[in-house]
Amino acid sequence: MGKITIPEEENMHPGHIACLGCGGGLAMRYTLKALGKRTIVSVPACCWAIMHGKHPSFALGVPLVDTAFEVTGASISGIRAALDAKDIKDVNVVGFAGDGGTADIGIQALSGAVERNTNVFYVMYDNEAYMNTGIQRSGATPPGAWTTTTPVGTTQDWKKGAKKNMVEIMVAHDIPYTATINVAFPEDFIKKLQKGIDIDGPKFYHAFAPCPTGWRHPPELTVSIAKMATDSNVFPLFEVEIGKYKITRKPKKRIPVKEYLAIQGRFRHLPEDEVEQMQRRVDREWELLLRKEEFTADF
Amino acid sequence: MTYDWDPKCYKDLPHTAIMDRPTTHIKTGVWRTYRPIVDKEKCTDCYICWKFCPDVSILILEDGSIEVDYDHCKGCGICAEVCPVKAIEMERER
Repeated sequence: MGKITIPEEENMHPGHIACLGCGGGLAMRYTLKALGKRTIVSVPACCWAIMHGKHPSFALGVPLVDTAFEVTGASISGIRAALDAKDIKDVNVVGFAGDGGTADIGIQALSGAVERNTNVFYVMYDNEAYMNTGIQRSGATPPGAWTTTTPVGTTQDWKKGAKKNMVEIMVAHDIPYTATINVAFPEDFIKKLQKGIDIDGPKFYHAFAPCPTGWRHPPELTVSIAKMATDSNVFPLFEVEIGKYKITRKPKKRIPVKEYLAIQGRFRHLPEDEVEQMQRRVDREWELLLRKEEFTADF
Repeated sequence: MTYDWDPKCYKDLPHTAIMDRPTTHIKTGVWRTYRPIVDKEKCTDCYICWKFCPDVSILILEDGSIEVDYDHCKGCGICAEVCPVKAIEMERER
């Protein structure tokens, strides 16, 4: 008999209406496994705003507040203030937003919450576009990707700009703890979230959550693609504790970015030179991260 | 679990849109095109499929073996993909 490596407690019910093989569903499951029953979740407009089921059914075992798109940061600040006023100490407050609701629309409320040093968790589950409304490009869409607002075809109008680096934005806020997490590594995912329970102040997590519908890959490959993203250094796993970088997974055998791109339909139009350029960009980012870790080792 | 909730007028409704029951009664299993079949002979009870199921549809039984909850499994096939001994096979629904 095997060993169960993640908490057995289940705070998410089956019957939620996520797509087949949803990475966001896994992200919520692990988040609630890590933080337990004494948790309040605040969700803006994103996939999770509908995934928890239609009224009056509800897929989570913890309270959830549905908020407007741009106010996740303000909403979790308010929940924490109310808990403080009631003198309740043992409740974790989680903002659970998609990449559009974090990197584009909700960034000012998040920035405010972090600046006020509110004791909250913020999990951005990154499916790299506005998936709920039909795959529109967001600030977190990687360059080269097809979306419905960056069509390819003869115009070759795929996304050109870089992916917004939310973790670096958070580091610039001098946040007590921030980390990247990946649904393909649940043990690491849960360890990092549980680490945040003892840290007083805002905690920001960038969770990698593949979306079979929007990325145009078969649903069974969700976990394999998420694993490939980390093993090809497209999405390195690291944490930053008050400016000190620590890489939590260094892939022993790096796989080429080309393999990661080839498996997804949204990159299928990319010409060879674009793929090479992307490989160079990923290598550069990884080198930068290694140096940051070295540079901040004595902090 | 049954719920006797049958609002007749606005006074019977809750003050706000409060969700009062779990989604377990929603049978998402009807979405399924491919059905996961667990080969009990090959299965080593490593629980990796349980770990990666986005629909919480792999159940761990009292005796430590696993079972698929066909009422809720949407048939995404992640369990078959992550299984290290390939004990789960996806069969087309008839």
